[in-house]
This record gives sequence, C-alpha cells and structure tokens, in this order.
Amino acid sequence: MKKFGERVPQSFFLVVALSAFSILALITVFIFIEGVPIIAKVGFFNFVFGMKWAPSQGYYGIFPMIVGSLSVTLGAVIIGVPVAICCSIFLAEFAPVKLRNLIRPAIQLLGGIPSVVYGFWGLIFIVPAIRNYLGGPGLSILAGSIILAIMILPTVISIAEVSMLALPPLLKEGAFALGATHWQTIRSVLLPSARSGILAGIILGVGRAVGETMAVIMVLGNAVALPTSILDPARTLTTNIGIEMGYASGEHQQALFATGIVLLVIIMILNAGAQYAVRRK
Amino acid sequence: MKRIMRLKFKNIISIVCVFTLLLSVLLSSACRPKNSESIILAGSTSVQPFAEILAEQFMALHPEINIDVQGGGSAAGILAANSSTADIGMSSRALNTDESKTLIAVEIARDGLAVIVHPSNPIVNLTLAQVSAIYSGEITSWDALGDAMKKKIHVVTREDGSGTRSAFESLVMGKVAIMPQAIVQDSNGAVRQLVADDPAAIGFISLGLVDLTVKAIELDGIQATREHVIDGSYRLTRPFLFLTRTQPEGTAKLFIDFTLSTEGRRILNNEGLITMGDVPQK
Repeated sequence: MKKFGERVPQSFFLVVALSAFSILALITVFIFIEGVPIIAKVGFFNFVFGMKWAPSQGYYGIFPMIVGSLSVTLGAVIIGVPVAICCSIFLAEFAPVKLRNLIRPAIQLLGGIPSVVYGFWGLIFIVPAIRNYLGGPGLSILAGSIILAIMILPTVISIAEVSMLALPPLLKEGAFALGATHWQTIRSVLLPSARSGILAGIILGVGRAVGETMAVIMVLGNAVALPTSILDPARTLTTNIGIEMGYASGEHQQALFATGIVLLVIIMILNAGAQYAVRRK
Repeated sequence: MKRIMRLKFKNIISIVCVFTLLLSVLLSSACRPKNSESIILAGSTSVQPFAEILAEQFMALHPEINIDVQGGGSAAGILAANSSTADIGMSSRALNTDESKTLIAVEIARDGLAVIVHPSNPIVNLTLAQVSAIYSGEITSWDALGDAMKKKIHVVTREDGSGTRSAFESLVMGKVAIMPQAIVQDSNGAVRQLVADDPAAIGFISLGLVDLTVKAIELDGIQATREHVIDGSYRLTRPFLFLTRTQPEGTAKLFIDFTLSTEGRRILNNEGLITMGDVPQK
C-alpha cells in the first residue's frame, strides 16, 4: 500500500484529467441530442445533400455549405501549403541561426493573431482588391482562401520544420557522402523521409481551416448557393452556425446543431487522418 | 502510475458519468435566475435590442425589478403573450384580425426599411416590383434598370431568421423567395458597409441607420424619410408592438408606461426608431 501522500495527488490528477474528458463527452452528447431530431425529421440524405437552405420555410439542406467548406479549404491548401513547405525547408536547412531566430517567433506570432483581425484585414484590403482587379462582389471563395492560407501557415510550417529537424543526421550525411548537393539531398532524401510529418501538418492545417469561423464570415459573402467560380460568394458549415445563431430558435436552432454534427464528424475524420499519417512511418 | 493502470475500465466509465452529471447539474443551477420581482418580455428579435436598452434604463430607475428580455421571433412573441408564458410579447409586424381579438397591442414605435445603393449609383427611384425582381434574381444587371453602367447587380440580404429580412420579405417580396445567390451579412451595419464599398451593390437596412456613405433610393417616387414614414406615404414600414393578454397591470404596466413616456420615446428615437408621439393618431 502506497503512502497517503502519494495517493492523494494521483487521484487528484486523475480526476482533473477525467473532467476534461467529461466536458468533451458533455458537449458531444449535447450537440447530438439537439441536432439528431432534425436530421431524423428531414432525413439524413435530404439534410446532407439538400440544395435549399431556408429555415423559415422549413428547408434544411446543407450541401452548398459542405461544398463551400471544401472549396475554401482546398483553396487555402493550394495557396498556403507550397508557401509553408518552402518556408519550413528554408528554416530547417538554409536559414542562418540569426535569421531563423527572427523568422520563427514571427511565424508563431502569426498564429497568435485573433481571427477577427485577419477577417477585418481581409475585408478592408483583400476584398476591395479582388472587386477592383478581378471583378465580382469581392466577398468570395478566393478572399476566404487567401485569409485561411495565411492562417494555416504557422501550423503547417512549424510541424513540417520539426519533422525535418527530427530526421536522423545520418540521412543527410549519407547523402552528402554519396556526392549529392544540398538541394538534391533535400529533394530526394529529406523531404520524402519527413513526408508523414509534413502530411500531418497539412491535415492539422486543413482542420484549422475547416473550423475557422469569424474571419470567414467577414470575407466570404455567406450566400447559400453552389458557387460557380472562385469569385462567387459561398457559405461554410461554420459560418452557417455563426451567422444564424443569433436569431435561430426551435427547429432552426436544431438545424444549426445538426450542422455542428456534420462539422464535428469532418474534423474527427481529419484528426484521425493526421494521427494515422504520423504513425505510418 | 501503477495504481491508475489497475483501475478497471468500468470504474473509469462510472467516474466519467458521475462527472458529466455533476457538470450538467452545476451548469443548470448556474443558469437559474435569482428570486426577485421580475417580468419576462419575449418575441421579435428586431424589437429585442430596443427592449433591452429600455429594460436597462428602467431597471436603473427600479433596482428591485428584474426584466428578462428574450428573443424567439414575432410569432413566438404572439404565442408567448397568448399563453401568458411571457408578461409582454414583442412583435415587429401588425397583428392579423384573429390575433387582435385576443391580444392588446401597444405600438411603441415604427421602423422604416430603406433600400440602399452606393452613392455613385445614378439610379434614384425604383418601383417595389423592380426591387422584388432584383432580389428574386429576375433582374441581374443595372443596365436593365436604365443605368448605363453595365454591371451585374450584387444583391445583399440578411440571414434567415432576421426580423429585418422577414419584414423585407413580407413587404416587398410577397410569396417570391430571395435568390440563394444573394450575399448574406449578419447585421444592418455589415450590409451598410458592404454597400458603401461596392458600386454595384444593393441592400436594405433600418431607416435610422442610413448615413452619407450610402444612398437610400426612392420607392415608387416616395423618398425614404422619417416624415414619409410618419404620414404613411412610404410603404416599407413596420410597427413595433408590445402585446399583453389582458389590460396591462402591475410591473408590466409600469414598464409599458415607461416605454411610452417622454424618456422612453427619447431613448427609442435616439436608437433610430420613429415613436408614437410623432405619429398622428388615426
């Protein structure tokens, strides 16, 4: 039997750890209790693949928002990931120590800027630029993608950089010994070896992009129609909840919780994907 | 560490359950209001912000009274007044004949809706039918309205559930739906900002919030002004009503009297509404 002084802190930490878990359970259960009835009433297929969202008339179809979420996220990945990977290669391989010590905290700071500030900046600078130079209303998938691309940079850069720095030095030394140049080493040895870590970083970035709400509400235009170009406005699953929760009641409110269920499932799949990518070395 | 490992799975599950329960009990008890003299207002989300300001001022004068202002929409407000679940129901639309049989309505103010465009837009006048055609997606370009500017119209609306949107729908659109391609903004201010920035945009906001950054267009030749709302010639208006089931008495009467008093009217006027005092009695 252990001493009392050992057991008390142990059980205390257990209780704290479990309370975090309980909160997750509580929230999940609550969202499902609120959201499942409306999905059951409308029908799962009609809810997820329905094209018309008009809660005041009893139409609850979230397909345009699923498309909106996916297209904005895809746009953010296309714009953001190449930049992030180049940046992480530079930090891990090329940057002199002084420069690295300047850039790394700057990137971390980028991650600390509140999303509403990104949204406001996008609304004031990016939206008018798109309206003036590319046409359309400016509030568009493109504007959302640019903002989200910037917002996922810190996540993707830091995870990609860490996974490259964590590679055994033997790999690099071996490649040099075979006569490979620095760039050849990076391209054919380091990047492929760090692939799973980089992939995990991208997936976490995608998770961030899918879950982002405030910045996207401000620059996306929130129209509930299938977008036909990247200059069209769109609505994502998160912004649907964010924009309509103020006035929602009854079935409308339930439908927003049901939107949350779909979102939760998507995020869970992404997180599971990230875990899988990290474990598969 | 070993000790934790030895805990059976069953035990962990039961601890989780106990904690979930405990948390929910804590949360629900935290939400329960205190016991004091209180009345409940419920209904229109358009009236709600004004009622909240009134309630705040009223409670400053009467600290012993607690006023709880809830949303839910005009329909919910009418229902709540009818079933007496709220002491005062709030509605931002006129009652129909059935509803006015069972309820006593006090008009606390009127709100006008202005259709706004960019100040550089040369169009000054539209008919209600034209506005409806723009919002349904029938008219998509400004040149169809006689403007040389061959731009696509950027239609801006409010989110589903908003009182301003439902007023616009009932006053302008009738049975026709607003097209889903319309840009949705979640406040009067956001709509105004967007229209102020975009030369091709059209939107609608509360009349009291129109400023120099946007241009309110004439509807069927009538300017959107307070005077035209008061004399009834401007058609995009809606009444803000307080509803009670019986003649108001006690705290509810006190609050309604405060709303209709000079002080209450001053507050509402400052917030951009048009109050009863200015409206000629029929």
